[in-house]
Amino acid sequence: MNLTTRFAQLENFGHSLKATCYRIKIEKTEDLHEVFQLARQSGLTVTARGTGISYNDVSLNGGGIVLDMSGMNQILEWDPASGVVRCEAGVTLEDLWKRVEPDGWWPPVVSGTMKTTLGGCLAANIHGKNNFQVGTIGEHVTEFTALLPTGALVTCSPKKNADLFYAMISGLGMLGIFTTITLKMKRIHSGLISVDAWHVPTLRRHLGDLLEHAPRYDYIVGWLDTLATGNSLGRGQIHAANNLKEGEDPNARETMKLSYQHLPDRLFGVMPKSLLHYFMNPFLNNAGVRLINTAKYAASLRRHTFRESHAEFHFLLDYVPDWERSFGRGGLIQYQSFLPKETAADAWREMIQLSHRRGLPAYLGVTKRHRPDNFLLSHAVDGFSLAMDFKVTDRNRAPLRNLLLEFDRIVLNAGGRFYFAKNSETSPETARAFLGEETIAKFKKLKKRCDPHGLLESDLYRRVFGS
Amino acid sequence: MSDAPKLFAPAQGRSPYATPLTPRRRGLIIGASTGLGAALAQKLAGQETSLALVARSKDKLDALCRQINANGGYALAYQHDVCNYDEVPALLRKIVADLGGLDFVIYAAGINLPPGGMDKYNFENDRKMIEVNLIGAMAWLTPIAEMFQSAGAGQIVGISSVAGDRGRVGNPGYNTSKAGLTTYLEALRNRLTRRGVNVLTVKPGFMKTEMLKAAQGVPFFVIEPERAAEDILRAMQKRKQTIYTLSIWRWIMLIIRHIPSFIFRRLSF
Repeated sequence: MNLTTRFAQLENFGHSLKATCYRIKIEKTEDLHEVFQLARQSGLTVTARGTGISYNDVSLNGGGIVLDMSGMNQILEWDPASGVVRCEAGVTLEDLWKRVEPDGWWPPVVSGTMKTTLGGCLAANIHGKNNFQVGTIGEHVTEFTALLPTGALVTCSPKKNADLFYAMISGLGMLGIFTTITLKMKRIHSGLISVDAWHVPTLRRHLGDLLEHAPRYDYIVGWLDTLATGNSLGRGQIHAANNLKEGEDPNARETMKLSYQHLPDRLFGVMPKSLLHYFMNPFLNNAGVRLINTAKYAASLRRHTFRESHAEFHFLLDYVPDWERSFGRGGLIQYQSFLPKETAADAWREMIQLSHRRGLPAYLGVTKRHRPDNFLLSHAVDGFSLAMDFKVTDRNRAPLRNLLLEFDRIVLNAGGRFYFAKNSETSPETARAFLGEETIAKFKKLKKRCDPHGLLESDLYRRVFGS
Repeated sequence: MSDAPKLFAPAQGRSPYATPLTPRRRGLIIGASTGLGAALAQKLAGQETSLALVARSKDKLDALCRQINANGGYALAYQHDVCNYDEVPALLRKIVADLGGLDFVIYAAGINLPPGGMDKYNFENDRKMIEVNLIGAMAWLTPIAEMFQSAGAGQIVGISSVAGDRGRVGNPGYNTSKAGLTTYLEALRNRLTRRGVNVLTVKPGFMKTEMLKAAQGVPFFVIEPERAAEDILRAMQKRKQTIYTLSIWRWIMLIIRHIPSFIFRRLSF
């Protein structure tokens, strides 16, 4: 195989990080065997990459091999009676929901974009807006098969090879490469979801409402105005949603049709949304975002209840195509912290105030309600998460990095955790602090067993676990 | 590979990794142990750049790497003779893996072995110069051009010379090797610009390096290699196509290129 002509410059989702790698397209499990052999012979390391939309370097492997898994995209078995689906690892959430929704099912856990692949979802053990109710995606996997760098094809379930099951899900693709994944879907009785939206004027109310109202809903998510100060700090809007019960939607047959779930590609029926990010760009500065956030908050003051399609509710990040381009040349990064419900308010107040003092406010804040899980590299807590998007420019890199290092300290002191699909600046020390030495030792021991020659390495793995 | 490349750990223990807030470039300098190559390495090391330094002379290379790493830079040393063309593909793959990618390459390897007078001929010297200055460049830049073309990104810098602009009486072999390199780089530029790759041809005049000894006549506008390195880094940043350093050489060579042959063949420089 000629690697030279496979050299590619790959990026993270936010276009803020580039790495040159050898990209090899994988279409079947046998191809993986070949690549492992090639890697051994040529002394290169290997990382799997789905659609490449993680915010950090988890699917980058500078100077090494990156497996393009998008070719392994077959839905192998779908049983509309039981809701169990078996897919190849490169199947995206989009492929999946489009297949199961017309039969009255929906993926149990989805990310804010439908572009993610199942392999990536498992490797990061993603959560959705229903994390507090149903846990992470791993809790809905009944079985998966994975190819280990040793050449062994293993089948794992909560019962069979349980140690691998709970480590490979959340294992950042560093123990083996997922080949097939079996998942149980969730029953739905309508193509619509019922959403309640209300505003929260303070950080305390924001988190209080997330905590108090979550049990009544299937999904809950908050928007946090990251520029609001003083008494208004942490204000925002909460969207909470319930699936409709049988009979609640008189037009269920109609709304369950795939055509009903279509995200409109034009704004107000005229402007192509693919152009929208150009118009957003001029607003992506401190003054512009303050203006937009204030308007958004004002618009949220009226409590309202409405129904929208599942696709519209879940895949907000797909609503404006290429929105991340509006952040300009330096791109964006996301900083997401997970805090226990007892310490979250104080820690986030301190962080938001610090970001204001430094003149480095986040431009978007999103909150969610979480509960712990049993996976090895878990990011979950009984509490909340706050995801903050920051614009990266040539001038703000160094001060922003200092800010985030201080954030890490605040979060760790408050007993918080981090998520490897998101944060790009997590240091090995921070990872050790929130995961614990024991967890890391366990992970490395499994790595040694599954990957004795260290073939699987990503830029993230080297950066965080390398030393 | 005949000789396994020697690696040095960075001074501060852990190698610096690129993140969105601490971006790094990865560069390869061939012919890095002395003169312009070494000056470029030292300047680049202070600019968030991880470097792979390739040269024939192990001792000088080791010393340079140690110095860069001691000052907070990051450089890896690889001993290699550019005439060992067959070593290149495997060594390049290793370098790219060790660096964690490749963003630019500078081919600075070059020798100047004058025949020793305008009535002297020396095929051995001429051949050596073609092998190092031209074929060595082609051996390295062929796989790199292919990689950068495939990636749709990258930067290639070739250190040619004002000497390649005309064939003169003093050193036909050197003129030919540098003319060949200039033309080769131009052809790469014409192929690769449309693929997002920048190719910069550098034409230094006289520099205070080992090579100055090979200069015929009395050298003028002589500069330190550090000065040339600054010009080159600025040109790389601006993604220029061809630069002369000092820039006055552009005008000098413009005149020399236009001297008609019936005059030029009577001149003794």
